[in-house]
Amino acid sequence: MSAQSTDIATYNFAYLDEQTKRMIRRAILKGIAIPGYQVPFASREMPMPYGWGTGGVQVTASIIGPDDVLKVIDQGADDTTNAVSIRAFFKKVAKVEVTTDTARATIIQTRHRIPEHSLTAGQVLVFQVPIPEPLRFLEPRETETRKMHALEEYGLMHVKLYEDIAKHGRIATTYAYPVKVEGRYVMDPSPTPKFDNPKMHRSPALQLFGAGREKRIYAVPPFTDVVSLDFEDHPFEVQTFDQPCALCGAENVYLDEVILDDHGGHMFVCSDTDHCEKRRGDPTTPLWGGRAEGAGDLATTPATPTPALRADPPHKGEGKEAE
Amino acid sequence: MTDEPLLRVSALSKFYGSRVGCENISFDLWPGEMLAVVGESGSGKTTLLNCLSTRLLPSSGTASYRMRDGQWRELYRMSEAERRFLMRTDWGFVHQNPADGLRMTVSAGANVGERLMAVGDRHYGRIRATAVDWLSRVEIDEDRIDDEPRAFSGGMRQRLQIARNLVTGPRLVFMDEPTGGLDVSVQARLLDLLRGLVTDLGLAAIVVTHDLAVARLLSQRMMVMKDGRVVESGLTDRVLDDPRAPYTQLLVSSILQV
Repeated sequence: MSAQSTDIATYNFAYLDEQTKRMIRRAILKGIAIPGYQVPFASREMPMPYGWGTGGVQVTASIIGPDDVLKVIDQGADDTTNAVSIRAFFKKVAKVEVTTDTARATIIQTRHRIPEHSLTAGQVLVFQVPIPEPLRFLEPRETETRKMHALEEYGLMHVKLYEDIAKHGRIATTYAYPVKVEGRYVMDPSPTPKFDNPKMHRSPALQLFGAGREKRIYAVPPFTDVVSLDFEDHPFEVQTFDQPCALCGAENVYLDEVILDDHGGHMFVCSDTDHCEKRRGDPTTPLWGGRAEGAGDLATTPATPTPALRADPPHKGEGKEAE
Repeated sequence: MTDEPLLRVSALSKFYGSRVGCENISFDLWPGEMLAVVGESGSGKTTLLNCLSTRLLPSSGTASYRMRDGQWRELYRMSEAERRFLMRTDWGFVHQNPADGLRMTVSAGANVGERLMAVGDRHYGRIRATAVDWLSRVEIDEDRIDDEPRAFSGGMRQRLQIARNLVTGPRLVFMDEPTGGLDVSVQARLLDLLRGLVTDLGLAAIVVTHDLAVARLLSQRMMVMKDGRVVESGLTDRVLDDPRAPYTQLLVSSILQV
């Protein structure tokens, strides 16, 4: 091997080495066997910072095959930095086909949304999870939270919901809304809006969750009960919106508020860009600014500044609600 | 009333390596009875309390508890899940420092309601009403229900801790220096409150204290500990008025008179 070798550095298929993939697949299988249980795994360094989906990327890399079709969304959108980069990453290291079409994708890696288009058996939804432990903010000790899961002591989860009602008159948790999986484990559905919680219930698709920094993988197998926690006199409700999507007119979908100018102008549009485009019937129309083609490649797509349009908020403090 | 005890402790010992925590402790506790464990610091009172409340496992000896269904269960043979369940339903534990027994970052109402939610109550209105009721019973204003205990004074925190423990109607409460660190007037009110609650609810309690006045006020029976062993036990009035063991005599004569 000489320095002049024409071979530039090459990667194993899908970046991770086979032993690592094997280790992650074991964790995934265990997670599927025990729905909602957080399986520890030896999370690897990935060529991206923590908080950008290192867990999700490792899960995707471990399950992806040459025939898979990958879709990556970030807050429902296919065209945000995170989604474009991860799509480009797998296009490069696994040479798989990528798409923005929910129905065509076999693997959908997502940050904080579940697509509006209903998923089908055989599809895999991979969630990027920042903090997998739903009890963490109430009980900081990992030893204690593990024991609470083991002994099914979940009273504390309701303490949080109680606090919400006491402070706000209703359950004000709008994202990362805790669910009980298959009547046993309480699980953090990752910071998806609670709007998406009902979609997890008995979904025909396999749902995998990867938390890279926290080194946990968990799973919801197809057709598994996923029930949002609530009180008898304050039942679980999803967000509702006063108006339909300003672009496609869709109702009963999750909307994002988009700021239009500096004078308070704004509109509510579908957070799921693929869904919105399909409804408008013209997938080639750029939705905003620099969106040219579906499988945007980071290296070739010119960076078009789209100020204030799709600002990519950190995972804290989201869960917008129109009321 | 039953003539069966609630708790039977026999030959309980706890060693930390070669050091003695407490040694060869035996006693029975009857329903509705308050037992004070007194002694200087380091005498093994807290070790004993922690063993009894299953927060520590003893080195040898047994303790049996009569469950609500009348069955006797040996505490150290129960599974951890059963012990923890007992701990949050039929038992209470009042810590010396309220911050150890409270969740300081959730509201007073949620602190009181936590045990109810832990045993499966899922009705917000009902939980809230119970919390209001219990706050008034421990003399905390209803309008403080949504405040965090961080905003409470030491005495209020201690009363909140008591409410949090008693809300599930436990039959046995462990108290570790419940009045430690409170000033005398607050202490007096708290003792008054405790005495009232214990009598009303027919609680049995084991109170660890180094304060003989607290022991006299609260308990019917007391055990005096020194170096991990019980040196004297009997009715509280008898032990305090007519101490027999030399150490007890020393302890009683050491009380400062005002």
